[in-house]
Amino acid sequence: MPKRMTIAEALREALREEMARDERVFCIGEDIGIPGGFGGAFTVTLGLEKEFRERVIDTPISEAGFFGMALGAAMMGLRPVADLQYGDFIFCAMDQIVNQIAKMRYMSGGKITVPITMRAPVGATGRGAQHSQNPEAMFLCVPGIKIVCPATAYDAKGLLKAAIRDDNPVLVFEHKLLYGSKGARAETGTLDASSEIPDEDYVVPIGKGIVRREGTDVTIIANLLMMHRALIAADHLAAEGISAEVIDPRSLVPFDWELVEASVAKTTRVVTVEEGPRRGGIGAEIAATLSERMSDYLTAPVKRVASPDIPVPFSPPMENYYRPDADRIAAAVRSIIEGV
Amino acid sequence: MSYEPEFLVSLYRKMLLIRQFEQRVRYLFLEGIMPGTIHQYIGQEAIAVGVCSALEADDVITSTHRPHGHAIARGLSVESIMHELFGRTTGCCRGRGGSMHIGDLEKGMVPAIAIVGGGVPIATGLALAFKMKKEPRVAVCFMGDGAVNEGAFHEAVNMGAIWSLPVVYVIENNRYAASTPIAQVVRVERLSDRAAAYGIPGVTIDGNDVLEVYETARDAIGRARAGEGPTLIEAMTYRLTGHSRRDPCNYQPKEEREQAQEHEPIGRLAERMLSEGIADQARLDEIQQEVDAEVERAVESAMAAPEPAPEDALEGLFA
Repeated sequence: MPKRMTIAEALREALREEMARDERVFCIGEDIGIPGGFGGAFTVTLGLEKEFRERVIDTPISEAGFFGMALGAAMMGLRPVADLQYGDFIFCAMDQIVNQIAKMRYMSGGKITVPITMRAPVGATGRGAQHSQNPEAMFLCVPGIKIVCPATAYDAKGLLKAAIRDDNPVLVFEHKLLYGSKGARAETGTLDASSEIPDEDYVVPIGKGIVRREGTDVTIIANLLMMHRALIAADHLAAEGISAEVIDPRSLVPFDWELVEASVAKTTRVVTVEEGPRRGGIGAEIAATLSERMSDYLTAPVKRVASPDIPVPFSPPMENYYRPDADRIAAAVRSIIEGV
Repeated sequence: MSYEPEFLVSLYRKMLLIRQFEQRVRYLFLEGIMPGTIHQYIGQEAIAVGVCSALEADDVITSTHRPHGHAIARGLSVESIMHELFGRTTGCCRGRGGSMHIGDLEKGMVPAIAIVGGGVPIATGLALAFKMKKEPRVAVCFMGDGAVNEGAFHEAVNMGAIWSLPVVYVIENNRYAASTPIAQVVRVERLSDRAAAYGIPGVTIDGNDVLEVYETARDAIGRARAGEGPTLIEAMTYRLTGHSRRDPCNYQPKEEREQAQEHEPIGRLAERMLSEGIADQARLDEIQQEVDAEVERAVESAMAAPEPAPEDALEGLFA
């Protein structure tokens, strides 16, 4: 019987099933297994320590230290899932991720395997500039790491499993407003990203995007929270007679160019949407690549919707101004459709 | 403590092999034949050899931007290292790594980490895996005096300590982090004093006495293997060569260097072996000739080995 689950529940189930299936899998992070604790800041690991005490390791506040340790453990055949309490803290571990984890296999001449999964909660939620970032784009230019960003519970379970089973470093970006965490850890402004989760084991392949809504006039490529807002924008546009196709890339590296290019060939117009800042963002990479490969099909420049190039402000009106909403997405679409 | 003569001869031979390898590589560099960069281990040989002689076959070490000595001491062939320095596909890292990433996991050495302090968390993670898998293996982390000021050192040693992981941290204090004297950047007298901050034993030893290194390492590795947790070993030594290939060492005072030359490790072991009748000069000369020949064979085979096709660069990123 399929069961409806939130992203937090789906991730938890993925971890539970993978740890049960493979004794080499373990979780390491801050506050993830403390009895009576939160189960990580967003409840994902809640209760896992009861079933897998030795494989849910609570660390000191030492991101560089335990990310490097995860690399060492992975080289010795274990399969760590290293946890960041907030995606913003990934920068504390940056040297280990960029210089060590991403490069170990290559520097060894392809002889060493690094089966490590790294999880990071992202997105603006009223907590101020150092707890609100969307750093996904910063890792596009670090060769050696795969990057996924599930926006639904079904994808969250499937992609986390795929990441854990992948023999390479995989960075999993999750969104704070999509977790659906409950109780004391419930987030104001949470969206319902829950899905029917099948009983049987499944993975979502890394590198495959999905069309969330079919359309013919424009291709909107949006990840995480922005994907949900793009769907709302598409509804508004439909009422105006504009048919928008919404693509959820699900993976940023490798990126599903085949899916995107097939869509672009059909619609000839592209709008990218991301919550991170505009400069050097995901949209910049998509726009540059499409202008190289699809210039024969594009009838308008690729339009990027993103946050302004500023740190995330706190005050709610400013934070809402910062983060793209459905209106801004729809306005971007209109701006590249003639006669609108 | 008395030792089998053959054991002492093996220590001597290994140190001499490192010394000869490094001196030969230096000339290949100066002659413009070898590409890249090198950070040489001349003068520090007793630490790599003394520590690695106390390891079991399936223990694992991490190393630094100055890895040639560790690699030879750990048992990588001089040939596989030389081929790597020449960028050949037959090198230990298939030409992808180069001098600062020498290593071979199958021989018990992680490809060296060239970010100062970067290897300390990795070594601690190896030990975490050994403990979780209940394997009686030990990780040994080599680092320089400069590394103790990196945050990664602090975080990793602390975690090694709180979880009593089977890891030994070896600081090779050659008095300089690149050109910066250690006394300028640390307020404590001995770096091993920092062990107290983590609640683990710390000891400072003469890193140019290969037997003192061996005995200290053997004890620390034994403690780690028995589940008693890490030890911080500070081995005092001196770098008798530049930080890297083009460094004329103008920051090292002349008298300090001359004194260090007198206390270098290979001469000291030779003196002991001669005075105790363990080997005569003829035997020592014979060993010198053997290591010279071994290094020369490696140079010849490296220069004759195939270079990679340029597009090979695109391979080996993902499994």
